[in-house]
Amino acid sequence: MAVVTQHAARSRRGTELLLLVLAVGVAVLAYGMVGLGVDGEWSAGLPQYGGGLAALALVVHGVLRWRAPYADPVLLPVAVALNGLGLAVIHRLDLAEGSAQAPRQLLWSAIGVVAATVVVVALRDHRLLRRYTFVAMAASLVLLLLPLLPVLGRTINGARIWIGVGPLSFQPGEIAKITLAVFFAGYLVTARDTLSLAGRRVLGLRLPRGRDLGPILVAWAGSVGVLVLQRDLGTSLLFFGLFVAVLYLATERVSWIAIGLVLFAGGAYVAYQLFGHVQQRVSGWLDPFDPEVYDRAAGGSYQLVQGLFGLANGGLTGTGLGRGRPDIVPFANSDFVLASLGEELGLAGLFAVLALYLVLVERGLRTAIGVRDGFGKLLAGGLAFTVALQCFVVAGGVLRVIPLTGLTMPFLAAGGSSLLTNWIIIGLLLRISDAARRPAPTPAPAPPGPATSETQIVRTV
Amino acid sequence: MSELTYTVLRLGLLVLLWVLVLAVVGVLRRDVFGTRVVPRPSEGRPAGAGRPPRAARDDRPAPPPEDRTVPRQVVVVEGPLRGTGLALGSAPVLVGRSPDCSLVLEDDYASGRHLRLFPRDGRWWVEDLGSTNGTLLGREPLGAPAPVEAGAQLRIGRTVLELRR
Repeated sequence: MAVVTQHAARSRRGTELLLLVLAVGVAVLAYGMVGLGVDGEWSAGLPQYGGGLAALALVVHGVLRWRAPYADPVLLPVAVALNGLGLAVIHRLDLAEGSAQAPRQLLWSAIGVVAATVVVVALRDHRLLRRYTFVAMAASLVLLLLPLLPVLGRTINGARIWIGVGPLSFQPGEIAKITLAVFFAGYLVTARDTLSLAGRRVLGLRLPRGRDLGPILVAWAGSVGVLVLQRDLGTSLLFFGLFVAVLYLATERVSWIAIGLVLFAGGAYVAYQLFGHVQQRVSGWLDPFDPEVYDRAAGGSYQLVQGLFGLANGGLTGTGLGRGRPDIVPFANSDFVLASLGEELGLAGLFAVLALYLVLVERGLRTAIGVRDGFGKLLAGGLAFTVALQCFVVAGGVLRVIPLTGLTMPFLAAGGSSLLTNWIIIGLLLRISDAARRPAPTPAPAPPGPATSETQIVRTV
Repeated sequence: MSELTYTVLRLGLLVLLWVLVLAVVGVLRRDVFGTRVVPRPSEGRPAGAGRPPRAARDDRPAPPPEDRTVPRQVVVVEGPLRGTGLALGSAPVLVGRSPDCSLVLEDDYASGRHLRLFPRDGRWWVEDLGSTNGTLLGREPLGAPAPVEAGAQLRIGRTVLELRR
């Protein structure tokens, strides 16, 4: 793994504040315009909403100045802008559908921001997490299996991935993304030497030895288990993708990606043969305009096609917030939030949002390159890859590039578990980027001479 | 509220969104230029001893000419990390196995914090930080801190560091 160092280490917190002002400005304008578009007046809760978002942004900014002064200046503004735009779109759909999701989403944003702050403050060094490698594995298993418990678990929309206590429901699998990333990073940073040992060379690819295939097969079996037990296509895909990505980062072997793709293709084929809901997703993807598929009561392509019509209605610059009909699409504020956004902000707005995601992922990967320890590299790379894969799977599903799966767009989609998880990911990336960009420890230069060459005190882990 | 105002605001939102994106990209631009990439040698490609690392792409004007004996980078020329290097700026550089170090060695014979390179009076000095197995400067064991010039070689366990211009 290469190490990239910058010539001058600067904290750039001022830049971050400037970008934050811009990000909050974009979000507030979008939120206010929803009201303008719908009833011709600025949205009712604009001061509370704008104030809330600005306060959340400033809290994190202040904490960063205090505890992680060298953290990446771009991560936070991008996250705030995406979260704010998501709130605006959710508010817009609330007005159309008569629901009240936006206050809930703002509440979850606050919880997420608090969680990210706690991560930055409490976790002084990301390398501490390496000690909990196998705790993280156990936690992931528990989190994944929780929804299967008889009393706690709930089946919502055909997927058994929820737990519920009273009126509250939560997807523990979302948090499992983080614990799994920690486990994969901690495990592979120690196992990478074995896994990148020389093997036979076939067609220019250096294949690993048969007995080193164990871990990837276990990860594959785990993903298939998630698919079978919880009927959740997206999460299963995400976990396997994460493992293969971290494995590739750890070993720099293209052959692992090839093996991963072969295993994925095999798993996908078997899943297609066995499960009705997978077949429905594929037929909805291939022939969405077939009347039979379109009209199918369960698992038809109605949602997908309405989303495409919405995007087409938006055109280049969009209908304007509040002026489109995104509410026609089922689950317009969660699974199809991208279609709602694309309809009212148009191609120009959609591309800007995708560019923000691109930047978010790039900063994660840049952090992975910059940080000096192997565990931090794998963790930051893995977390950035989760965000990237989610964006690809969701955007690809909505735009009919790949079959639709049930993942959520990070920060944009309505849903507390996903929002909380993504804020924690931002907290971790901020913490790691602080370590990556912080200048090398500079002990006070002692005058040359054996008498003064005392032991240096260096930050301990 | 007139339709014109709404349209202006609608397009204004898109402009503001792109201003945000471009501002972010502007901040990132600094990251692309003015950095130095140090590739690890891949195991298939034998890196010739003393092969210089890829020249740093630097978009800033060259610094004024200075003393040719002052080293500006330290490069691993032998050992597990051959090819890795580090620029010598103005801050001291700590070398050893501990992840705290600026240059982290993967060498079983190196100590956690093995040695330190630091600038003083326009020269670079090397100081052994009480390592278990010691350091050789050229062929001599390093005792007290000593000044080093470009071309000097430091041996730590199985690793050899060379100071370069």
